Amino acid sequence: MAHLIATQWQPLLMGLWNTILCSIIALIGSMIIGTLFALLEISQTRILRVIGKVYVEVFRNIPLLVITMAFFLIIPMYIAKINGFTAGTIGLTLYTSAFIAETVRAGINSVEGGQLEGALSNGMTYHQAMRYIILPQAFRVVIPPLGNQFINLVKNSSVLAFVAGFDLMYQGNLIANDTLQTIPTYFIVGIMYLIITLPLSYYMRHLEKKLA
Amino acid sequence: MQNFIDAYSWINVRFLLQGLWITIVISVASIVISFIVGTLLGIIRYAKIKYFSAIVGFIIDIIRNLPLLLIIFFTYFGLPNIGIKPEIIPAAIMAMSIFESAMVAEIVRSGINSIDKGQTEGALANGLTRWQALRIIVLPQAIKNMTPALVSQFISLVKDTSLATIIVLPELMYHAQIIYGQNTNYIIPMFVALAVLYFIVCYSLSLLADYLHRHLA
Amino acid sequence: MKRLWHLLGLGTLLAAMLLTLSACGQSVAKQDVLARDEQSKQITWGGKSDTRLFGLENIRTGKLEGFEIDLAKAMTKKILGPNGKCVFVPVTSGTRVPLLKNGNIDAIMATMTITPEREKQVDFTHSYFDAGQSLLVKKGSPIKNIHDLNRPGKVVLGVSGSNSVKNVAKHAPKARVLQLSDYAQAMTALKSKQGDALTTDNGILYGMAAENPGYEVVGGNFTKEPYGIAVNKNQERFRNKLNWALREVERDGTYNRLLLKWFGNVKGFNYQEMKR
Repeated sequence: MAHLIATQWQPLLMGLWNTILCSIIALIGSMIIGTLFALLEISQTRILRVIGKVYVEVFRNIPLLVITMAFFLIIPMYIAKINGFTAGTIGLTLYTSAFIAETVRAGINSVEGGQLEGALSNGMTYHQAMRYIILPQAFRVVIPPLGNQFINLVKNSSVLAFVAGFDLMYQGNLIANDTLQTIPTYFIVGIMYLIITLPLSYYMRHLEKKLA
Repeated sequence: MQNFIDAYSWINVRFLLQGLWITIVISVASIVISFIVGTLLGIIRYAKIKYFSAIVGFIIDIIRNLPLLLIIFFTYFGLPNIGIKPEIIPAAIMAMSIFESAMVAEIVRSGINSIDKGQTEGALANGLTRWQALRIIVLPQAIKNMTPALVSQFISLVKDTSLATIIVLPELMYHAQIIYGQNTNYIIPMFVALAVLYFIVCYSLSLLADYLHRHLA
Repeated sequence: MKRLWHLLGLGTLLAAMLLTLSACGQSVAKQDVLARDEQSKQITWGGKSDTRLFGLENIRTGKLEGFEIDLAKAMTKKILGPNGKCVFVPVTSGTRVPLLKNGNIDAIMATMTITPEREKQVDFTHSYFDAGQSLLVKKGSPIKNIHDLNRPGKVVLGVSGSNSVKNVAKHAPKARVLQLSDYAQAMTALKSKQGDALTTDNGILYGMAAENPGYEVVGGNFTKEPYGIAVNKNQERFRNKLNWALREVERDGTYNRLLLKWFGNVKGFNYQEMKR
């Protein structure tokens, strides 16, 4: 195993970097899109609510692999050339945004109902009340579940391996196929994932206890 | 348009449905196993039995924080080394169950923890044993609390079976790949079919859960 | 302090898991595969399920079909007699060696080139098919041979775990290689313009070109890829038996009959040259 690390540390680190990069881009993207659709879902206009609901249900009930492969194979045929990394990151962003929309919506609902009315009666517009009163409180509630979503996101980014996204799992597959040292290779890859996810997961549990 | 009509010939649709059947079999088996094993593990972890709970908890955390793909590889490639040599479908069920049990255990642990500590103490003061308190007072409430999390975990399980294409599990995604691999005109029709079929399965699962939640609780 | 103990405990546990895994790694290779197969009257082969002409799953019947599948069936009959059963486990270039090493399959017959690196991990029989690596491109593509791909910005599609992706690094080091999990994905990716060319062995490429009329094989063969049947190390008896069975099917004409059946009508493929 030491030999494996000594000869393969470069592709492994490159893979780790791509995994982290893809996860961060997808996290930021899905936070923005997710919050947007959460707001649509609780909007006072019926048509917007329907749009929000449909978006969330569609992306929550279709496998990430199907979404990612569709972006990788179909978009380049008709729209624009995108590589595996981009296709994977877009797929991951859209998929995760549906979960974040649900989380944020639950967070908004947990903020006491009277507050919105109070803000409105104090002369604030709906947008102002959302922005200054409701959303800041909601975000505090949803930090632990969002943390868990981020851990899922890091794990799910391994789907990039299917579309040649040069992430950690892809590099692991190549090294395993190349050296034929399957189990040791995946063991190292596993440790590298744990280096990202395990501390995050312990920190989230700590945070959950503190906030509870 | 012609592509769609050709792609949905009875032969292809039947092939897709055969894949869907495997997806459903694996999902149902893994849901049942991981619900039982996961609940047990969650209780063990909550019970804080010296050393034992800590070790179980650590293993759960390791499994939970690894990508499912790795668990699939370890199960299919690694387990035969310790004498267990599962065929592809049992191997897939084992991989899914190992991963999902860990996820369920975590849901159960936090579900139990979310129940007010005072309730256990009250039950103990009223002469119930610790186990009775857990079984009669805490668990029923906890399960009610954690139903939404469990349901979305099981929906994820159904979706995640698609990852097992990497070890050539003959499920829905793989069968679709075989079809569009043999005729690339069928890519879009196949992805539409995949989206629709997975959506139907997952969405009915959540509707079923809603129904059970309303009628049993 | 408590935390430190916790960490130490975790470390020990990890090390223990690692040791068990690596210590158990050798156990499978010790059984005599041939003796077991002769007793159970069954050989478990790892075969391709996505490769036209060699091993492809028939959507109508769900069965695998192809030259390798037929050859494996013929060889099984030679070894185990007419009642011998042939079981196929579908494999990809990525899964075949781990499955062989852990004992899930007895032998690999899945378009696997005999290479010195692989011979360190597995044993090969004599070659049963002499392929050569070539390129598949869209008709009218500026790519005519492997040298046209040796430029920055050119993307070559291949299958991870196959020998062909390694050859690209030798023959066209400037090209970027994208490795997908199987040939179905690679062909689909070529059609989606994810790469300028798809590379693998000529036999497989002719199969793809036959199915996709807009695509053609160009540039001739730039490597030699002899396919061998792979078995685990220390299975000399099994390997010798397979070599014997291979010679037998070549001698009695079965080999040429199968060659004609699968490659006789393939445009551009000279099956006469391959006769044995």
